[in-house]
Amino acid sequence: MGLKEKILVKSLWVFHISAGSCNNCDIEILDCLTPRFDIERFGMQLIGSIRHADVLLVTGAMNKKSAPILKDLYEQAPKPCFVVAVGTCPCSQHMFKDSYNTISSLDAIIPVDVYIPGCPPKPEAIIAGIAKLINKLTNDKR
Amino acid sequence: MSKKKIIPIGPYHPLQEEPEFFKLIVEGEKVVELEIEIGYNHRGIEKLAENKHWDQVTFVVERICGICSTSHPFAYVLAVEDLLGMQPPQRASYIRMIIDELQRIHSHLLWLGLAGHFIGYNTIWMWAWKAREPILDLFELISGNRQHYAMMKIGGVRKDIDPQNYQAIRKTIKELYPTLKMFEKVVKDDPVIMKRTKGVGVLTKEYAISFGALGPTARASGVNIDVRKDDPYALYDKIDWSVVVLTDGDIYAKILLRILECLESSSIILKCLESLDRIPKGEIETEVFDIPAGEGIGRVEAPRGECFHYVRSDGTNRPVRHKIRAPSFMNVATNLVTVCGYTISDAAITLAAVDPCYCCTERGAVFSKSGKKILTGEELIKLSIEKTEKLKRLYQKQNKFNFQNKNI
Ligand code: SF4
Repeated sequence: MGLKEKILVKSLWVFHISAGSCNNCDIEILDCLTPRFDIERFGMQLIGSIRHADVLLVTGAMNKKSAPILKDLYEQAPKPCFVVAVGTCPCSQHMFKDSYNTISSLDAIIPVDVYIPGCPPKPEAIIAGIAKLINKLTNDKR
Repeated sequence: MSKKKIIPIGPYHPLQEEPEFFKLIVEGEKVVELEIEIGYNHRGIEKLAENKHWDQVTFVVERICGICSTSHPFAYVLAVEDLLGMQPPQRASYIRMIIDELQRIHSHLLWLGLAGHFIGYNTIWMWAWKAREPILDLFELISGNRQHYAMMKIGGVRKDIDPQNYQAIRKTIKELYPTLKMFEKVVKDDPVIMKRTKGVGVLTKEYAISFGALGPTARASGVNIDVRKDDPYALYDKIDWSVVVLTDGDIYAKILLRILECLESSSIILKCLESLDRIPKGEIETEVFDIPAGEGIGRVEAPRGECFHYVRSDGTNRPVRHKIRAPSFMNVATNLVTVCGYTISDAAITLAAVDPCYCCTERGAVFSKSGKKILTGEELIKLSIEKTEKLKRLYQKQNKFNFQNKNI
């Protein structure tokens, strides 16, 4: 683990991108911030600009209009930037696989670090997913 | 006079949870024009539905929108039941109503929180979403999932509500009541909310009618429109309840209206539970074997307004046409008059005040490789008029339908 990651894991700042979702995953992500789940106790914060982001939470089945923008946004993010696919939609396109407007699952567009399946995943599952990301980063030390 | 400038909001803006693109054209601080561009969420659901089995469509339409995720399947099953000319068992209707109303409370509280967030009042956000959690727990208790309940089924409901759980529902609703009352008082008292929302983003009654606004957006402007009263589905006509209508049309009225509707919904749920207690435990679905050729419509009052589904069958196991119109499609257009004339800082809350749901509203446009739009708006309207004329002639020839209104 490099110095950057070591500092990062203490306070991951997340940016949320919805690339053709049904809103539910987005709501559950926002729900993580509210009193019952309160993800801020782990030092995580939802932030407003991609240029401050350490983690991208991507929801939704990529469609033709949002996928190029998603790619742009990923390129603008400072690296290292970890990508989390929230929900079955970005993991495997869900039931929108045969639609004329969706193109591929998220990992065909940008590299993905953590997959959180579920439709929508419960806030507990989202928190567990991000905790796993932190574990993955901290156990990486050689 | 200063020069016009453009302020882009979106498509990925920290304030919005959904991707959509607004172009505010401003003169100084004042917004003079607004352009809305959508399509970032378009997944082609209508077409997908035509490739799925009748039963599978219920789940596909459920995933149009996560917030009002029971309204779409509800409207769809009503449409299919209209096609079949059947009624679900009484018990199923009551269960559907309970789910529908619980969802209304959850959706309105969610919006209330976001509205607080939009005016920079995060305390409201946290409070409202905290109050919303017990409702989600109820959903988990009843259906097994916090969101996307999958309760609807052609002919009835998929799961029964266990009589043991009635008490839990009653308890949650009763505990929620004081919180809702508190919110009502807060909105009426708080000077910050007053200043930010009173007299801002006014939608007059005339505009509401001419834009065809629906649901809370129209009701806050004094238009008494509610599918549950105007064309009762399920058993809404068997239960005593009233439509909340306010007249101011500003954002304050929209906030207050939604809180009052939550209170009304709570009382509907309690009344439904009473009725459930009275009728014996039994059938929750009528089994459906075949879906004959024909067409049907279903209308449901979603938290945002009337949600409309149309299905046509040719006797096979898939719908040949499935048309969906979500309420936001009408409501979003009202932004054209409510945002213009106010300052940029009011734009965020005004744009959010209609409780827009862009994933319901998404439409697609087709472009050629060179970037030219194939079929523009005008061409589509022309096509649609031609098609209506053709159908009209066909029906008149068959004497099936009498067009009283010559302008159709
Ligand atoms: S995974 Fe399910 S809840 Fe999440 S965006 Fe997709 S359809 Fe919606």
